This record gives sequence, C-alpha cells and structure tokens, in this order.
Amino acid sequence: MATTFEKVKKIIVEQLGVDEAEVTSEASITDDLGADSLDQVELVMAFETEFNIDIPDEEAEKIKTVGDAVKRIDESAATT
Amino acid sequence: MSALLNGKRALVTGVANRWSIATGIARALHEHGARIALAYQGERVKDEVAKLAAELGGGPVIECDVSNDASLGALREGIAKEFGSLDVLVHSIAYANKEDLAGKVFDTSRSGFALALDVSSYSLIALVSALRDQFADGASIMAMTYLGATRIVPNYNLMGIAKAALESAVRYLAFDLGDRGIRVNAISAGPIKTASARQVGGFSRILEVVPKLAPLRRNVSAEDVGKTAVYLASDLASAVTGDVHFVDAGFHAMGMYPPDLA
Repeated sequence: MATTFEKVKKIIVEQLGVDEAEVTSEASITDDLGADSLDQVELVMAFETEFNIDIPDEEAEKIKTVGDAVKRIDESAATT
Repeated sequence: MSALLNGKRALVTGVANRWSIATGIARALHEHGARIALAYQGERVKDEVAKLAAELGGGPVIECDVSNDASLGALREGIAKEFGSLDVLVHSIAYANKEDLAGKVFDTSRSGFALALDVSSYSLIALVSALRDQFADGASIMAMTYLGATRIVPNYNLMGIAKAALESAVRYLAFDLGDRGIRVNAISAGPIKTASARQVGGFSRILEVVPKLAPLRRNVSAEDVGKTAVYLASDLASAVTGDVHFVDAGFHAMGMYPPDLA
C-alpha cells in the first residue's frame, strides 16, 4: 500500500505539474513548488477528496510544506 | 439515464475543476441527454476543463473572458459554428477580491466593487446580449446565486451585493426574453465546498451550521443543484421564469433556531 507521502506526492505532481524529484518532505508548496493561492486551495481539496477527510480553512493555511500536508492528513486518519 | 434533454444544446460557463458547481450541472445535463459546450476562463484551467469535456460527450470547449466584449463575440461565433442555436445557458461565474469577502462592507473599494459587479452580475447581461440571436425559442437560461443576496451572511459581503444585482437582472431578462418563450431563472444553492467558496472568510463554519439548521439537516451537493438544473432546462419547467429557486435543504425558510440548538 502506498504511504501517505507517496499519495501526496502523486497529487502534487498532477495538480502542479512539477517533477517528482522536486516533491520532498521539506519542499515549500508555494516557494519551491510554485503554487499560487488557487493552487493551494485546489491541493487541499484534492487531499480531502483522496483521503476522504476535512481540512478546515484555518488548518489549511498552516500547511506550508509537503511534510506539513502529510502530517495533517495522517492526523485525520488517526482520529477516524 | 433519461431522455429529458435529448437533442438540447447547452452552454455551461464557469467550469474550473471537478469541484465546480458548473461541473455538477454539466454532468447532470449530459446524463439527461443534452449536448454540452463548456466555456472557461483562463489558461490555467484549460487542461482540466478539456478533460471534463471529454467525460461529458466531447463537446466544444471555448475560452471566454466575460469582462471582454471581443471574447464574448468569439464565444458567439464558436457556439454558432458548433451548435447553431442554443437551448440552455448556465451562468456560473463570480469573482471578488479576497479582501472583499471578509471584514467590513464599508471598506470595499470602488474598483473592487466595479470588478465584482462586472464579473459576477453584468456578465449575465453580457452573455445574454452576445448570444441573443443564438437562443432557440423556448430556451432556458439559469444563473447561480446565494441567500447572501437578500439576507446578511457575514463575510459574503460584496458577493451578496453582486448576487442581488444578478437576481434582479434575472427578473428583467425574463421579461425581455419572455416574448420568445425564453425562460430565465436563478438557482440559489446552499453553500457547497468549491475552490471559489473557500475564498469567503470562515467558509468552513458555514458548512457546519447548515446541517444543524436546515429542515433536511444536511448540506447540499453540486449533484443536488444539477438535478434542479435539469428540471429548469427541461420542458417540465415550461411556465417557470423570473424565479429564484432554492436548492438549499430548506435553510432559507427557517426563521428561528431549532429548539435543540443553543
């Protein structure tokens, strides 16, 4: 089974059209991967759809890096 | 699969991604037999919209900037070429600067107001004007609105004002086009989690409130809106025009909190 990180990486590559190698845990979604504000919203929605979770806006704003996204998704998975 | 809309040609505007309300509407119209053309705005959504169009029967995909008259002219030409005439137009377009979707309405700038009203309200008039000779007699036009047009929904702010103008335009256009049997209505959907809706301040909280208050005790989906769009597009709504039709699980009808809600 794919890990959360692998799934997140796949979504980011599809959504932002970036190279897989660029999507590291430390990569900043805006600064390193070039997401604009609409990209960020769409990414969060793609995570919600893929993992069947809810990420409220105030928490979505805290997701800065790929690692932050993975952590937030795993937290949701742990509570459901 | 019904044949309610067999042979009807529908132009759906405002498709940006798979979560768009317009996508739900296009899907429902397609499922009921309509041929679908999609109009989108901006290079960034082009690939996504093309992908959705392929799922919806592979109809035409046309770029249109509704704030640009030349672009509207190109849309008219595209529709004339691909469809000839048009039986259904879906307007699902709105924009306001993010700073105008939170805070105080009295802080709204003149330019922010003009932009929001141009893209969100005037665009319906502009689309109808551009496509006036394309509409078949008996065509159905529908626009998406929200309760924030007539009630105070904190943070909806400038978009509420723009939707009020849109709802009024729906009524006047219904009169203007009524002699051709063309119907114009608005669908007032409950809040739906789309990329655009998330630009409204505190949107997540709005989604938590509706299931506690609405008679049906739930939020609505783009699919719910799509089903109503099928009805409005079809002959089943043959005498319905100039109306704002609520698809909001009944939320708009409430006048008091339910007793179990503190």
